Amino acid sequence: MRLELTPRLDPSPLARVLAPIAAFMVAFVLAGGVVWLLGRSPLAALQVYVIGPLSDPWALQELVVKATPLALIALGLSYCFRANLWNIGAEGQYVMGAVLGGWLALATHGTDAGPWVWPAMLLLGVLGGALYGLLPAMLRVRFGVSEILVSLMLVYVAQLTLDYLVRGPWRDPKGFNFPQSVTFDPAATLPLLGAGRIHLGAVFAVLAVLATAFVLGRTLFGYRLRVTGEAPRAARFGGFDSGATTLAVFAISGGLAGLAGIVEVSGQIGQLQPTISPGYGFTAITVAFLGRLHPFGILAASLAVGLTFIGGESAQILLKLPLDLTTAFQGLLLLCVLCADALVSYRLRLVRRGGGS
Amino acid sequence: MTHRLLGLAAALALALGVGPASAQQKLKVGFIYVGPVGDHGWSYQHDQGRKAIERELGARVETTFVESVPEADSERAIEGLARTGHGLIFTTSFGFMEPTLRVARRYPNVKFEHATGIKRAANVATYAAKFHEGRYIIGQIAGKMTKTGIIGYVGAFPIPEVVAGINSYFLGAQSVNPNVKIKVVWVNSWYDPAKEADAAKALLDQGVDVLAQHTDSPAPLQQAEARGKLGFGQASDMERFAPKAQLTAIVDDWSGYYVQRAKAVLDGTWKSEDTWGGLASGMVKMAPYKNMPDDVKKLAEETEAAIKAGRLNPFKCPVFKQDGSEVECKGNGALSDEQVLGMNFYVKGIDDRLPQ
Repeated sequence: MRLELTPRLDPSPLARVLAPIAAFMVAFVLAGGVVWLLGRSPLAALQVYVIGPLSDPWALQELVVKATPLALIALGLSYCFRANLWNIGAEGQYVMGAVLGGWLALATHGTDAGPWVWPAMLLLGVLGGALYGLLPAMLRVRFGVSEILVSLMLVYVAQLTLDYLVRGPWRDPKGFNFPQSVTFDPAATLPLLGAGRIHLGAVFAVLAVLATAFVLGRTLFGYRLRVTGEAPRAARFGGFDSGATTLAVFAISGGLAGLAGIVEVSGQIGQLQPTISPGYGFTAITVAFLGRLHPFGILAASLAVGLTFIGGESAQILLKLPLDLTTAFQGLLLLCVLCADALVSYRLRLVRRGGGS
Repeated sequence: MTHRLLGLAAALALALGVGPASAQQKLKVGFIYVGPVGDHGWSYQHDQGRKAIERELGARVETTFVESVPEADSERAIEGLARTGHGLIFTTSFGFMEPTLRVARRYPNVKFEHATGIKRAANVATYAAKFHEGRYIIGQIAGKMTKTGIIGYVGAFPIPEVVAGINSYFLGAQSVNPNVKIKVVWVNSWYDPAKEADAAKALLDQGVDVLAQHTDSPAPLQQAEARGKLGFGQASDMERFAPKAQLTAIVDDWSGYYVQRAKAVLDGTWKSEDTWGGLASGMVKMAPYKNMPDDVKKLAEETEAAIKAGRLNPFKCPVFKQDGSEVECKGNGALSDEQVLGMNFYVKGIDDRLPQ
């Protein structure tokens, strides 16, 4: 006997919506089993991981802070992925956005520059990310170089550029030679929303969700992306210029990653350091796929992934559960979502040896 | 009205949670680690300090740790401890500095201790260890033990603490072997066993036969062991990972300091200050000297005793930079603490360029 996957001709739209929710529940049950095996109460773990953070204003605020860069980057990536273009270098575009935007913060440091500084920094951030994203796109369009490899390798170039800058020319002269810039002036700091840590970046994330939903659903450009991705030949017959599409999606994707970078640096970290991202650019790839490349899905996925980080920290603090469990749970979650997706599109059949067609 | 009452209750709870604790009131002590607690190096040793607090103060304390916290995203984890009734919080990596200060401003009644930091506040103390004292000793051992005349160093980041360590190691080696050469590889990570091992391989391939490291995993030492070469443990005694290769190890011992600071909070005598302990105070210890002839062992022990007694300073003047110029002597017969804490130059004889 063996298992066989046969495509469903007409996957149910309801199942498509319910599948991720079912996947979450299965992942929780499996993780609960592991917690139980570790000798702790699975219910207490559920409380600490999910219910606690979702019912605590402080944790909700932290959730928004954590999800903001993830959502911005993942939204950008969805443009590329929809067109079947693989931008794996959002981490680098994020860093370059932070570098170009951060430059202005350092250039105006200690001057009486007005409140125009942070908006200009945001624009530079978008520009930095977009230009950096265009590099792999141009190499692909002009020379047919793999955008996957180029975008990925440019991540290291960006990280080392930042590293060089904060160790050398941009180092805080009063910082005992430690590799970090001065802390940004108030004019170069993103305004906070209210008294907590949520900054204006969260608003940009929501705006980006709405804009993406509009572009993908209501414009010719959005249609062109889908056709280019799903049927490249049809796109060519339709007169769509695939080169222009490639450049456009990489610019958008890089721009949003750059925005995430400058938003994180000016709203959260407050200075340039050798590392300014705990891997947001790569985590966002997971977020984009968890959200099925749909803007609202991505918003939900960024919050869900953010929750696993925050829940993981509370679990360490309140239950003394190891961090490895959180990492394992994130992997489990992704696996369950992918399985659920497969089961929606395919029917699982048990076939007797020699039987079938 | 309601929220005002709530605020009052919260303030009261905060005050109760962190004031001088009464007999029934436990002090909750929190730790933020930059690496995994099982790195067998830096974070592992801080966790040994945490366990020492539990051992010594027993029922009067409760401890918590959060491990592998990324420095750029650490504010939430630190605040997570502060807001769950932890009265004393140790943040154990340089990169936690600004987030620690920000959280400390919001929680004035919580005491913070930032390792290797340079900024303090009324409720933020700093502490570090003079690891470079131990590095002078292992430098002398390396200078004696090398047959090829080339010693190696795997460095994490070119920050002053690491650069001072390389200089001290080299000065130690030079003091017993004037022709010794050193090669340095930077891995740009505190903890990345694969990269650390690659760096070690690259050094061994270049003729290095005694390897020192300023990264947190035993990987470089294990490479030395595998090739039949020699090396030193970092942060903790790594003998079990390389019984034939480890000559000694520079052991960070935070236990005494951590217990003392937790006691100070319990007694209500905690003050924000800067502590820089070395071999003399026991914050830096040397693992047993092994795999070396008796005369080298004797030399190492004598040097250790001399540093402890204050008779020997690794950075005794004159100190020369790579270009041969003499460094201004701002301390008492040696470089001042500030000069060592901010060291950003290689000493003369190091044939490598410091990444700037």
